Amino acid sequence: MNLDKDMQEALATFITESRELLQDMEAGLLELENKENPETVNAIFRAAHTIKGSAGLFGLDHIVRFTHVIESVLDALRGGNLAVTTELVAALLPCCDHLNSLVRDVADGKLEENQDMADSGKPLLAALQPYLKTPAATETGVVYRDHAERVGTIAGNWLLFLQFNENCLRDGMDPLAFISYLTTMGEIVDITTFSHAMPDAGNMDPESNYLGFEVILKSEVAKESIESVFDFIRDGSLIHILPLENRIPYYVELISSLTEDNAQLGELLLKSGVITQRELEEGLNAQQAQAEVQQSPARIGEILVDRRVVQQPLVNAALDKQKEIQNNKIRENQTIHVDAERLDKLIDLVGELVISTASASLLAMQARNTALREVNAEIISLVEEVRDSALQLRMVPIGTTFSRFQRVVRDVSKELGKDIKLVISGAETEVDKSVIEKIGDPLLHLVRNAMDHGIERAELRTAHGKPAQGTLRLNAYHSSGNIVIEVSDDGGGLNSDKIFSKAVERGLVQPGTALSDQELYALIFEPGFSTAEQVSSLSGRGVGLDVVKRNITALRGVIHIDSAPGQGTMMSIHLPLTLAIIDGFLAGVGDASYVIPLDRVVECVELPVDDNRDYMELRGEVLPFIRLRQLFRKNDSVSRRQNVIVVEHLDLKAGLVVDRLMGELQTVIKPLGKLFSHVQGVDGSTILGSGEVALIIDVPTLLKQQGQSSLPV
Amino acid sequence: MQSLTIEGELTVFTAAYQKTLLLTFLNTGDELEINLSNVSEIDTAGLQLLILIKREAAQSGKALSFTMRCKRRLATPELPRLGQAFGEQAQATFAHNEE
Repeated sequence: MNLDKDMQEALATFITESRELLQDMEAGLLELENKENPETVNAIFRAAHTIKGSAGLFGLDHIVRFTHVIESVLDALRGGNLAVTTELVAALLPCCDHLNSLVRDVADGKLEENQDMADSGKPLLAALQPYLKTPAATETGVVYRDHAERVGTIAGNWLLFLQFNENCLRDGMDPLAFISYLTTMGEIVDITTFSHAMPDAGNMDPESNYLGFEVILKSEVAKESIESVFDFIRDGSLIHILPLENRIPYYVELISSLTEDNAQLGELLLKSGVITQRELEEGLNAQQAQAEVQQSPARIGEILVDRRVVQQPLVNAALDKQKEIQNNKIRENQTIHVDAERLDKLIDLVGELVISTASASLLAMQARNTALREVNAEIISLVEEVRDSALQLRMVPIGTTFSRFQRVVRDVSKELGKDIKLVISGAETEVDKSVIEKIGDPLLHLVRNAMDHGIERAELRTAHGKPAQGTLRLNAYHSSGNIVIEVSDDGGGLNSDKIFSKAVERGLVQPGTALSDQELYALIFEPGFSTAEQVSSLSGRGVGLDVVKRNITALRGVIHIDSAPGQGTMMSIHLPLTLAIIDGFLAGVGDASYVIPLDRVVECVELPVDDNRDYMELRGEVLPFIRLRQLFRKNDSVSRRQNVIVVEHLDLKAGLVVDRLMGELQTVIKPLGKLFSHVQGVDGSTILGSGEVALIIDVPTLLKQQGQSSLPV
Repeated sequence: MQSLTIEGELTVFTAAYQKTLLLTFLNTGDELEINLSNVSEIDTAGLQLLILIKREAAQSGKALSFTMRCKRRLATPELPRLGQAFGEQAQATFAHNEE
């Protein structure tokens, strides 16, 4: 047999697939031996069925023949007509092995059966023979059996109800001839004749037809083809073609495996082949007719069942499938999973677009083209909207993160033996997804810390006149371009004395130093700092709060502590809403521009007289300078008037000395390439409307360097 | 035992005539036998006539049996399976015909 390239590829797939299926079959059979499970039987049956079907496609008749026998046994097993026994499994396992050899032969290019294999296969099939039902009993159909039993055991697949119209005989149409014709499409397994419509002898017109037939047909043809047999006799006749009861599971499975986008019930039934286009159209017409006369017409499923076009279980299966599809759609509507990278790419592009439009409007202004400027203004506003919605895409409500803590609080309360409730507010506050991802761990630390150290034991609480149940609050809100997340408890508050003595003990502060509350509280974020007398499983090991602070700083955020003795503690985290975009302040040094994150900028002042000092006096305080010109080694001439931008981070303050102040702008951060990862003091870059690149100043790092370098030697 | 042998075709073309014939025959006795051996062709009309006559016989408490001694195939190959309507004896006869 010669196969072209496509077929070769398909055959390779068949071989791989069959091997996998055979492995599954073997595993399934071994499992069955230990525990009978209908699911496993089904899986094994499907595997055999698939192998048979695929082998048929390639004309591998010997495999089809061999597998067919196995399939029949498995079918009996599936139908409950056969019980799993050790002997049966023992008979089936070698068949799997044999199939494996057959498939291997195919892989070796031997597409035809060879005699050796055929010989070794025979005893295997013979061993299965006792498990097979004798086909004769089912096919002669002469012995009267109860209807249900008959349908259950007969190996047909279509059930035809035929009640031809009364005049068909006069019109020269003989129902028996039609039934006879059915034998060209398949095998008639059984016929039952119904004569209840026949009137008594006096009224019976011998030329009228009164007979009805129930035919069980075993045929591989489509329902359409069977239906077409009755095309000429359909008028006035009752013709129902239904999948046989025992085939219903097959169609149910088929329906549930359909991957239709179109969730119309009728379409699903049509696709699975249990109804025909005509039946569907008639059903729909009937539905429409009903709709014209009554308010609520029957569902199409009900109509189809009423019209005996399809059975209820199949409609149910289709309905389930429909629901599943709809659910999927709803789920799809609710959320789409998009690679964050793609979103970043989009935001990046939109950022570029903002820049391009800015330069376009600049040109328009230079060209003094009013019409062009108007159009440009329109474009800019649209682009800004696009950018906002692009950024919005990354925004998610913080509620999902918050609600995770319900469980945490419940579990931790139990562990600690404290009664603590969690109150969540501001759950709808939106924040950039990348922020959400990174805020979970720090929040967890803070929550555990508050529950362990903050909230007192019930006895102590009642002694202090507080409700026995402690309250932990999680709150979030937006505040001038930042999101503020608060973790607060109604516990004992921070013990200043204890923190101070601990700090002295650890050599963090000199004894007798006067510290503000904020400075004191900030000490608890020092690495390894813990005031807990008892190390619990949750906290008190001094690991945590310093990590929290590091994480939050990495997000360009800050953390504040407010505490009142006996009333509780509130930790508030201020974070930028998004990591991709910042409000910046643009400043120029020489011919270069720099962006300073606006939330770090306190104020701008003019540099009074530059006498090359490294500090100035600002309202009675000494303000150290950071000269960007020196920092970035720009050697061009110093402009006559220089300005100082006062920046602040965590109580560190400094003045950035620049040439020009160019105002605020919102800008998209472009990360610097890996090449520049070692560069300190720069956070990223952005592209200005002029096309110029501006560096974004990393204020915290600069301030830290400044603080270190200005330490008294 | 009264016996009737139906000759020729038992189809819609002869149905009216056969109906009268069969109903008349029904009144000739209490034990009746219809011989179908000489039926050359049968269709739905013929079949339902046979069903009718069997029903009428049963209703009036008469014993009616069908016989078919000839192995000639009838026009409808699946006809034997229709035998259920005729009771076990006839089934056997029809089934016999199938061979």
